[in-house]
Amino acid sequence: MSSSPSKPAAKASEARLDEIRKAAAESMPASVGTGSRNAPQIRGRDGYYGLPVLKAPVWTWQVPLYFFFGGIAGMSACLALVGQLFGTEAALVRSALWVALIGAAICPIFLIADLGRPGRFLAMLRVAKIQSPMSVGVWILVAFSGCTFVALLAKELILEGRGSELILGLNWAGECTSALTGLILAAYTGVLIGATANPVWSHNRRALPAHFLGAALGGAAAVLELLGFLIPATQLIGIAAAAIETLLGAGFELSRLPVNAPLHRGKSALAFRIAGVMAGPGALVLRLISGTAPARRAAAICFLAGTLLSRYAWIWAGRASAMDAGALFQSQRKSS
Amino acid sequence: MTVSAFLTDATLCIGCKACEVACKEWNEVPADGMTWTGLSYDNTQSLGASTWRHVMFLEQPLAAGPQLAETTDPFRWVFLSDVCKHCGKAGCLEACPTGAIMRTDVGSVLVQNDVCNGCGYCIVTCPFGVIDRRPEDGRAFKCTFCYDRQKAGLIPACAKACPTQSIQFGELEELQERARRRVRELRERGFHDARLYDPQETSVQGAHAFFVILGERENYNLTPAPEAPTAYLKSAWTSAVVCAGIAFGIICLAFAV
Repeated sequence: MSSSPSKPAAKASEARLDEIRKAAAESMPASVGTGSRNAPQIRGRDGYYGLPVLKAPVWTWQVPLYFFFGGIAGMSACLALVGQLFGTEAALVRSALWVALIGAAICPIFLIADLGRPGRFLAMLRVAKIQSPMSVGVWILVAFSGCTFVALLAKELILEGRGSELILGLNWAGECTSALTGLILAAYTGVLIGATANPVWSHNRRALPAHFLGAALGGAAAVLELLGFLIPATQLIGIAAAAIETLLGAGFELSRLPVNAPLHRGKSALAFRIAGVMAGPGALVLRLISGTAPARRAAAICFLAGTLLSRYAWIWAGRASAMDAGALFQSQRKSS
Repeated sequence: MTVSAFLTDATLCIGCKACEVACKEWNEVPADGMTWTGLSYDNTQSLGASTWRHVMFLEQPLAAGPQLAETTDPFRWVFLSDVCKHCGKAGCLEACPTGAIMRTDVGSVLVQNDVCNGCGYCIVTCPFGVIDRRPEDGRAFKCTFCYDRQKAGLIPACAKACPTQSIQFGELEELQERARRRVRELRERGFHDARLYDPQETSVQGAHAFFVILGERENYNLTPAPEAPTAYLKSAWTSAVVCAGIAFGIICLAFAV
């Protein structure tokens, strides 16, 4: 262990451990009371002086960005596949695949930057563990990148008029696998934080995949709209995604359990509410009142900003939740 | 090899912190601050990356229960040395994406620090808030159960340094039996609130480090129903799969219209 800043000259010996024990036994006074009736006391079942039980997540600012871009990339691959299936213009399919590939390329940068030891990121690839959502996610990201690359490469060759039967086959195979892994990529981040010991995350583990998928779905459509594809399909997807976010946001707001307090109080709640209004009713109203191009672009930006802020709000909520021992005890007493 | 265990007995602890000192020295754990908290004599506060034994000092109203020692203090004193629970099913181990966290041949949960890349997922999947990342190092650390000492036929440093046998080390089933006997004995002697803390009934599937305590579990920051987060995987993944199907359906509908 080279990490210790003030490394002792030699490792503690058995004699040293005996010395510690003897010194401890001999120095013990009969009573060491503070003698003050005003010292803090532990009452009822209020925990240990109110100190936190859990540790706060150490994830840095890159992780919410990863959630955001990974989701958009994944759902963009789905838009590409479905667009191709329904014979939409090739330019949309091509752009959607580019969005997916660029997203897949920047995601690892955020993931690696967040590590305590970025130089060791390849340690993630020495095992595959189905019971670890992070391991599943890493492998899905690898698979998604590969499949999307194949799909896009084949698509570009086809558009250049070099589409043999093999290239056509590769394009379809690439797009299908890219869409499938893209769906998992957009959904798993909800499982990643849902299947933890963090109270506000694990309590909402069923809603989180829907919440993150809704954001990814609307986000992918919004990015395509901002790239100029103001077709009916992107508008309809935008409306559906904003409606989903509105419903989920209302659900989070109405659930007044103590475990959901970080969604209702403090910095995380402020960010969560602003984000919820922007991605939910804000984007929905902008889309419904007018179908004009400027309104749709405004709705797209509003939705993207809201869902990005929302990813941060969930990490902040997790930090606040880990600090609240009282809510943790209460939720466990209720469920036991 | 047999499965080893810790039995930490609050009714024998005198709050001397020899376990904390021995652990730090043997394992060469860096200093992480010496802060007077004003919360009794606790200057450690919680387990962490550089605190693998934590002596708790509980000052409670006298009405909370019988006093352990003869004293004129106007409050009830209880001490307990907290430690990693080495869960039967460990959230940190299941969640570790690098395989750095492993189950040893003595049944303990060990972080292999030459593999850990500091992803931080173990920190949010530990239901006891034990493991943490050392900021200046970037990797996650926690109690090793003195695996190096165990392999050399020695007992863990904290157990060796404990002057009152509050920390006992031994074979799992034997210590479980000893803990149950101790609780019975304490109750017979009038400590009616003596109890064993060992979450056998939850997905944690029992601890390899369990505790004899007096009074409520919450007052030792021991949670009443800790769960290994793997218990949440089924419901979360089911939702993810269903919602992914719905999302794909929405895209199909949008392009079909």
